[in-house]
Amino acid sequence: MGSLRDLDAEQQVALLFLMLFGLLVLVSASAIVLSLRERAEPTLAQLERHDRFVRDLRAAWVGAALFWLAWISGPVGSTLLFGVLSFLALREFITLTHTRRADHRSLILAFFVILPAQYLLAGGRWFDLFSVFVPVYAFVALPVASALAGDPKRFLERNAKIQWGVMVCVYGLSHAPALLLLDVGPTPGRGAFLVFFLVSVVAVGFIAQEVMAARLRARPIARQISRSFSYRAWALGVAAGMLAGVLLYWITPFEPEQALALGAIAAATGSLGELVMRALKRDAGVRTWGQAASVTGAVGLLDRVAPLAFAAPVFFHAVRWYFKAPV
Amino acid sequence: MTLAGLTGLLLAFIARLITGAQGHWRGCPPKAEQRIYFANHQSHLDWVLIWAALPRDLRATTRPIAARDYWTKSRFKHWLTRAVFHAVYVDRQRTQDQDPLEPLVEALRHGDSLVIFPEGTRSTTGEPQPFKSGLYHLAEQFPQVVLVPAWIDNVQRVMPKGEVVPVPILCSVTFGAPIALAPGEDKRAFLDRAREAVLALRPAPA
Repeated sequence: MGSLRDLDAEQQVALLFLMLFGLLVLVSASAIVLSLRERAEPTLAQLERHDRFVRDLRAAWVGAALFWLAWISGPVGSTLLFGVLSFLALREFITLTHTRRADHRSLILAFFVILPAQYLLAGGRWFDLFSVFVPVYAFVALPVASALAGDPKRFLERNAKIQWGVMVCVYGLSHAPALLLLDVGPTPGRGAFLVFFLVSVVAVGFIAQEVMAARLRARPIARQISRSFSYRAWALGVAAGMLAGVLLYWITPFEPEQALALGAIAAATGSLGELVMRALKRDAGVRTWGQAASVTGAVGLLDRVAPLAFAAPVFFHAVRWYFKAPV
Repeated sequence: MTLAGLTGLLLAFIARLITGAQGHWRGCPPKAEQRIYFANHQSHLDWVLIWAALPRDLRATTRPIAARDYWTKSRFKHWLTRAVFHAVYVDRQRTQDQDPLEPLVEALRHGDSLVIFPEGTRSTTGEPQPFKSGLYHLAEQFPQVVLVPAWIDNVQRVMPKGEVVPVPILCSVTFGAPIALAPGEDKRAFLDRAREAVLALRPAPA
């Protein structure tokens, strides 16, 4: 593993993408082979599981392709790419919350001022302002715009929802391109590896947790929200995330034990973020954001980005704080 | 490609970016036959949304109705409605000797499809108003043209009356099963039935 560290960045990237796409090709190919096999009449649950698997696999392909695009297009391209992703996620979030006519101006502020400004700050590496722009400045601006519209009905509720959407879809997600641009450790310019590290650790942790939950059948802690979430499965997911973190330490500026700790942080926050998103979905009365029958045409983007949106800010702050990264 | 064609593609792209402009063909597939789409009317964006939800090759032959006095006032508005959307112009002021449906009849005779909003004006309550009789007269004169009801959802949230900047919110257009004028059917009964067909496509509130 140490010898992998000595490769130069170009070779490491090539190796990473080879591994990533190789893995996807393997999974897809075996899925196709399995689907060709003759089988007894499948049950409804099996069909549903299969549908979900196909959807997740497709999302993984799209995600991998996007990540590759972000890599080859450099800092400007990846900031733009995540900006668009953020826009689409916020659009989906706002669609599913009830806003009133008086929220129009605040929504315009959120979509066309706060969102671009946040990504500009990320792209320009003004990380000090970047970290406080939404929680401090947008926090003040949004309710002011709403109050000026003069509709007191359910004021707090409406504003809280918009604030929350901005926090998750804009603030949270914008930390992914910020990580790309962060210089830490002895070798600068390796931020993309941090994003890769974060995404893979979160994904491994989440998948391990789901698999374990199905195996263990432990008592769910929050049955109303998730039938599969239990502390034991969660802990095993975090452990898997730590393992993935150590296995990937050679692409990061971390030492193995640092990679272990950061892997734990990323995996833990990622799956907890997913749980929170699930609670939100229950509240909105949808099973997946991208329900096939959804009238709004939501594509299920929020589902995919939620773990990242929660894990990225914590991870970003932890890395920056620990390494005292220069701004 | 001409400038008008490019503008059309750009507008469709923007509509999709802001609203998703998802078309759900629930009652009939998108097909190159002569049709009249009739829908609820809540916003200026309604037409663009239906248009963007149509497959690209149907857009060229599907035309909106535009008020002549408003949409020919400036050169840009005139160009937009004439060259990009191929709008059918109607006069809002009714003159003595002219049938207001005349331009629509001509377009249908020509073989084009139309999109009409039979309420006549934008409704502010979300509940469609009673339909005007134009739909009935067209159905009577052109029995071979397929009448497709459509429900446009969520668009009033994108751009409420009086605002100019649209907010990105996902919208959908649901196309239902075609209806036809029954032989000897009463005008009011047919119009109510048409309105019911549009209302039936409204998704249940979450």
